[in-house]
Amino acid sequence: MSASTRQSLHPGLNLGAEHGDDHLEAETSVFGFWVFMMSDMVTFGMFFAVFATTLPLACCPGPTELFDLGSIAWQTSFLLLSSMTSGMAVLTMKQEHGGRSACIKKLVFWLLLTVLLGCGFLYREISDFIFMATAGGPPTRSGYLSALWSLVGLHGLHVTGGILWCLVIVVGVMVRGVDLRWKLALLRWAVFWHFLDVVWIFIFSFVFLGGLL
Amino acid sequence: MLEALFGRLTWDSIILVQEFEDPNLNTFITAGAAAMMPVGGALVVALLFWMKWWKPLFDWLTSVDHKKIGTMYIIFAVIMFFRGVVEGVLMRVNQAVALDGGFLSSDHFNQLFTTHGTNMIFFVAMPFLIGLINIVVPLQIGARDVAFPKLNQISLGLTAVGGFLIMISLLVGEFSTGGWTGYPSFTGRLINPGVGPDYYILSIGISGIGSTLTGVNFAVTIYKMRTAGMSFMRMPLFTWTALCTSILLIFAMPPLTACCLMLGLDRYLGFHFFTNDMGGNLMNFINLFWMFGHPEVYILILPAFGVMSEIAATFSGKRLYGYTGLVAATMCIAVISFMVWLHHFFTMGQSATVNAAFGIATLLVAIPTGVKIYDWLATLWGGRIRFTTPMLYLCGFFVLFAIGGLSGVILANPTLDYQLHNSLFLVAHFHNVIIPGVLFGVLAGIYFWFPKIYGFRLLDGYSRITAFLWAFGFILAFLPLYQVGMMGLTRRTVNYDDPALVPWLVVSATGALFLGLAFLFVLLTLWRSVVNRKKLAVPFGDPWDGRTLEWWTPAPTPEWNFAVLPKVDGRDPFTEAKAKGTAYQPIEKYEDIEMPANTYYGLIIAALGSGLGFGLVWYMWWLAIICFLGCIVTVITYAFLPERKKIIPAAEVREIDEAWRRAAREARGVTRDDECNEANQGLARPDLITNP
Ligand code: HEM
Ligand SMILES: [Cu+2]
Repeated sequence: MSASTRQSLHPGLNLGAEHGDDHLEAETSVFGFWVFMMSDMVTFGMFFAVFATTLPLACCPGPTELFDLGSIAWQTSFLLLSSMTSGMAVLTMKQEHGGRSACIKKLVFWLLLTVLLGCGFLYREISDFIFMATAGGPPTRSGYLSALWSLVGLHGLHVTGGILWCLVIVVGVMVRGVDLRWKLALLRWAVFWHFLDVVWIFIFSFVFLGGLL
Repeated sequence: MLEALFGRLTWDSIILVQEFEDPNLNTFITAGAAAMMPVGGALVVALLFWMKWWKPLFDWLTSVDHKKIGTMYIIFAVIMFFRGVVEGVLMRVNQAVALDGGFLSSDHFNQLFTTHGTNMIFFVAMPFLIGLINIVVPLQIGARDVAFPKLNQISLGLTAVGGFLIMISLLVGEFSTGGWTGYPSFTGRLINPGVGPDYYILSIGISGIGSTLTGVNFAVTIYKMRTAGMSFMRMPLFTWTALCTSILLIFAMPPLTACCLMLGLDRYLGFHFFTNDMGGNLMNFINLFWMFGHPEVYILILPAFGVMSEIAATFSGKRLYGYTGLVAATMCIAVISFMVWLHHFFTMGQSATVNAAFGIATLLVAIPTGVKIYDWLATLWGGRIRFTTPMLYLCGFFVLFAIGGLSGVILANPTLDYQLHNSLFLVAHFHNVIIPGVLFGVLAGIYFWFPKIYGFRLLDGYSRITAFLWAFGFILAFLPLYQVGMMGLTRRTVNYDDPALVPWLVVSATGALFLGLAFLFVLLTLWRSVVNRKKLAVPFGDPWDGRTLEWWTPAPTPEWNFAVLPKVDGRDPFTEAKAKGTAYQPIEKYEDIEMPANTYYGLIIAALGSGLGFGLVWYMWWLAIICFLGCIVTVITYAFLPERKKIIPAAEVREIDEAWRRAAREARGVTRDDECNEANQGLARPDLITNP
């Protein structure tokens, strides 16, 4: 199977001068990751579904006491901005042809900026969790709170994983340069990171806004 | 201190110790089963030393060859199947003598049906089919490997972790008593604080992740790795069903993962997803479980349908009738399977309208299934039919599976389901589709493809006896259960007080013994065939006059599958090549072949995963944390390690491939009359029917 027999290649990749087999590898690898994301999306969907069937109990504080829209706004901004910076990282990889080290510097800059924004998001999220726990709303109090904590927490865990992954890529490109393996890792990680953004939009609208309106 | 080290694991948790404290038949059986673990383990290790098999063992365990991984899945499944069959027979025998008594304690019986069900579904049926898919699909689509070979190894490793947990529960602690469906609140912390449900959640949760990854892997393999000219509508039917199964795995495993996670949070951290109080709702578990559970049964049956399609075409020497219809039917079933999950709990309080809607949706599945049966029948019509072992399974399937399907139609009617729900009628129904459907498909598939991978046929006489034993044993063991179900005997019942049930249950137990015998005959067939492998060898690789690409290689198939990737311009490319006489023509140009090298990745993940699961079950937090971090470190390390490939030089490939082609051009081959004789060397001579 040579590259010339295959037409449907992913556009927008810069995989260096030698495309051929690299393209094929990129195709299976990135496509495979999209498929995996679909599966992950169903997992989130299940947590959403369970959340949708629960109602705050009278025993414990509800959305109005527990949610702080200001903090949620910060988290949303952090995450959306980080999506943009992750996009910049991918564009850097695509456009920087010549000066290898300049490219790597720029790439690492955008990636670390993304990590920083991600950490900002996590910081606010964890503060919110601590607030909820102390304000009488830990997940062990009611079914509603269990569903709330685990849905938001599952997303938070994904973000943590994404940050770790991003750091691994930073080290990878610094040690090994922007070779095929790290390009592909970056592409998949970018899919993952945008996906978390999309999930957050849903959490933001249904869990937080929906809870307060 | 000890508690920090061992969590809630104490001496009393070891089953063997309990036998000394309270000896009777029941504990004797549990102790016997428990003793099988250390004794069996010691025997295996001794055998490995004795035969000096360590090196080959590690060659296998670290291999990323899809054929070896598939074989390991099947070996794993056979081992687990042994346990499952023994448990099934034990339960049936107990029930035959359980009028006002029985020799099993109710707690033991409860563990038996739970482990039997969990084990059979997750660690027998799934690995059997995933093993077959692994072995066959890359060959059928003309590829040298799957899309992600290392991931494939990891999936196998995660499946093995689940198997390890369910096996070790025989020796240490106990398994859940909540059935393979594990409904809370019975499996919740309040009612069931022991380790049983934790074993259950972790074994199916961890292996479930492996299955999800398998789904991704094979979907991508089939979408992206097909050889030139292999368009979708030229794919063999087994590959089609494998694709649909992969898609089902991708979308149906997450609900299982989700409900295992939630039940775990309830049990470990005191959440209130499924508790009876504080706003928990056990219906959420039941819905999530069956959103996985129903597609799961099609995950199992679709590949079996695929096997039956290949067999119908090959052993009647005809092109598959109604190919397009079969493909469409497969896809219809896959889609509908997501819309019927509620039929597993008609009695749990939905409105009549909802029940009716799901009942009708369920009935709809019968249409594409019927289409398939007719297509297979029409394929046989006027063909050059040979009653080989796979054909025996196919015939058994036609009759018995149809009965199972019809009893399913009965259960799909909510009004009737109110009567039959939770009775042995249901048990009869699902065994009636699983044994003649899934199991017959698997056994037929193994007989069919075995010579391809290992280079020799399975002994014909033994295989036929085995097939008859399965069918006969099944009829005796399960058809009476329809009757006792209608007489009101509920499932999961350890004893009863109605003497009218006894004769039926005695017949059923006899049948179960025949099924046990059938299992032994599977092993016997294998053993006798290995002994006689010289006589049974089919080096040319085409013992059944095959039609699709997998038969177009020598047997055993070389590691790289195809010396040169074939080009395809029709649906049965090998048959066409044979008809034109071009199948074994020399090839001019060979190239170096690059294959992925062996790796310890999957093995390491499996070891760490086992530690993680075991640590979590027994609250040995240090172990769980170390293993979890170990997994992360392993993944990151492998992200940095260079990709290792091995290059097979063109000259070597040429030598092997040319020798095979030359010999095939010179040999005469056999007609279909001699298919099951020693004359069959795996080269097919044109027969009565020259093919359309
Ligand atoms: C080989 C012979 C087999 C025998 C003798 C057998 C016997 C039994 C028996 C006695 C039960 C308990 C029925 C009850 O609830 O009272 C049972 C349950 C079950 N069996 Fe089998 N079985 C066999 C094969 C299989 C196979 C091949 C599968 C699936 C691949 C399977 C899947 C199940 C499941 C899912 C349950 C339900 C467990 C539960 O209640 O949670 N069985 N079987
Ligand atoms: Cu169902």
